[in-house]
Amino acid sequence: MQFLTVVIRRSLYAFLLLLAVIVFNYTLLFLVPGDIAETIAGESGGASAELMAEIRRSYGLDQPFYVQLFGYVGRVLQGDLGSSYYFNVPVLDLILGRLGPTLLLVVTSLLLAIFTGTLFGVIASQRPNGIFSHFITILALIGFSAPVFWTAFLLIILFVSMLQILPLSGLAEPLTESGTWQWYLDVAYHLILPVVSLSSIYLAQYSRLARASMMDILGSDYIRTARAKGLGQRVIIYKHALRNAVIPVITIAGLQFSHIFSGAVVIETVFSWPGLGTLAFESILRGDTPTIMGILFFSAFVVIIFNLLTDLAYRIVDPRIRLSNTA
Amino acid sequence: MSDSESTTQAGPPPADMDEIFVEHPFRQFVAMYFRNYAAVAGLLVFVTIVGAALFAPMILDLDPFEMVDEPLLRPGEGGHLLGTDNLGRDLFIAIVYGARVTMAVGGAAAGITLFIGLTIGAMAGFYRGWVDEVLMRVTEFFQVLPPLLLAMVLVALFSPTLETVAISIGVVSWTGVARLARAEFLRLREQEFVKAARSIGARDRRIIWLVIMPNALPPLIVNAALTVGIAILFEAALSFLGLSDPNVMSWGKLIGDNRDYLLDAPWTVTFPGVAIFLTVLAMSLIGDGLTDAFNPKLRER
Repeated sequence: MQFLTVVIRRSLYAFLLLLAVIVFNYTLLFLVPGDIAETIAGESGGASAELMAEIRRSYGLDQPFYVQLFGYVGRVLQGDLGSSYYFNVPVLDLILGRLGPTLLLVVTSLLLAIFTGTLFGVIASQRPNGIFSHFITILALIGFSAPVFWTAFLLIILFVSMLQILPLSGLAEPLTESGTWQWYLDVAYHLILPVVSLSSIYLAQYSRLARASMMDILGSDYIRTARAKGLGQRVIIYKHALRNAVIPVITIAGLQFSHIFSGAVVIETVFSWPGLGTLAFESILRGDTPTIMGILFFSAFVVIIFNLLTDLAYRIVDPRIRLSNTA
Repeated sequence: MSDSESTTQAGPPPADMDEIFVEHPFRQFVAMYFRNYAAVAGLLVFVTIVGAALFAPMILDLDPFEMVDEPLLRPGEGGHLLGTDNLGRDLFIAIVYGARVTMAVGGAAAGITLFIGLTIGAMAGFYRGWVDEVLMRVTEFFQVLPPLLLAMVLVALFSPTLETVAISIGVVSWTGVARLARAEFLRLREQEFVKAARSIGARDRRIIWLVIMPNALPPLIVNAALTVGIAILFEAALSFLGLSDPNVMSWGKLIGDNRDYLLDAPWTVTFPGVAIFLTVLAMSLIGDGLTDAFNPKLRER
């Protein structure tokens, strides 16, 4: 019952946030010098003043701002993000077609960073001043300082150019038939470099976080209890301590989801990965405003949904949050 | 600087009791900073790059866009220290000139980030209540939008000038600063000295900027060093993607211009990247050094 109230309240808040994104998007478009009519007229090679007025009326641009805004909000809420100037198809279809590769890239990178980062952190926490701990500190510094596209290029130089063991770009080889197991294998093969580049930013950061929270937990009472009842080191670390050490890592990863999405934009353009990032970049070059705004809205939508789900998942998993009853 | 120091001074007396005269806090601060070798190295790199950005163009008077030799010469070939890029431009000269834009845009963007973040965080933490509620909702709103994507959209919608780039970076990256400033203000506003200031009738504005802010500065200054680093990374990413002023040389642009030659001439993308990497690394090392230097607990050792 109580949980249900929280679910409803959080969902309502997520919806308001989404509404704010739509209003923000439209206000941005409104502030931009020049309008759709000029773009369309420019595309078809100039137009008379009457034609411009005609275009403006057919797009509702002669209406006051708030009328246009309400129309826009209503359309977006119904899933109508307009249609692309360039492809002349609904933006939503375009986005949904590109969503798969992006989610594959982002989620794989996130899972890799969380998993490996936590593992590194746990190992380092065994010897807080050991070589591995210092290694992680240095790695975190490098991960923070290296531009992600440069990391990707260095990996390409090493693994594609010098060692020649990994493919340069794309989702899969063009001739592989999609849906077959060879295709899945090929996609996984093509996924390695983008995922490693993208997770490199976060991996070391999560290691440090996991190390710190692990060291914190290893000194707590319930670990002493576990030790007192004679449990082995391995069981204590991997069964009792790890569960709690991973919570702050997941919290930070959840908060950083929009950043990882950003990183994916750059990584996708570097590896010609056919996802939303590449679409966003290409649409910006083409001046395809509806598609650009559609992607901005949609990525905010994904982040909001993701945040909502992690928030609710916490309440289910962690009794301390569930019972604290703060929304 | 020394103002904020005198307030953090109120720790236990130095362990060495023979020493009657306490060192000036600023000198202590400097001594503490210079004990951290990595931070000193970071400072040296930073000073070198800023120096190059400021003075090299005055002394050299070259055009970084000029085609000086055959394209894609290896480092050292034809007297070009770092070789030439695909347009026959000297990479070393391009990188030296690129430092200007990178540092200027990075610095300006960090300034905007800090200004927005500090103002919003200070207001939210100081006034609390509905002001806090509204400002934190705004902050959450900006955290939902993918920062680089929003910056790309802003630059694309408005004009690709250096000003737009700096403002866009500022607009998308202030949320972290705001949260930090808010936490500091929430903590400090209940302290005795704030009550004292209030009791002598100081106005809100005075309390915020002259009473609380100097005491909130240490963590914020550390954060500022990192903010400059992040802003430089943003600028690099935008100009790499070609979303910046095409008529000025910058490190990201240099990498973007040469990305198609990555496999044949890897040095053309490696060296500008090294420049970005070293600069951002220097900023984080400086940040680490400042953290240590601000920490009174480390001083007594």
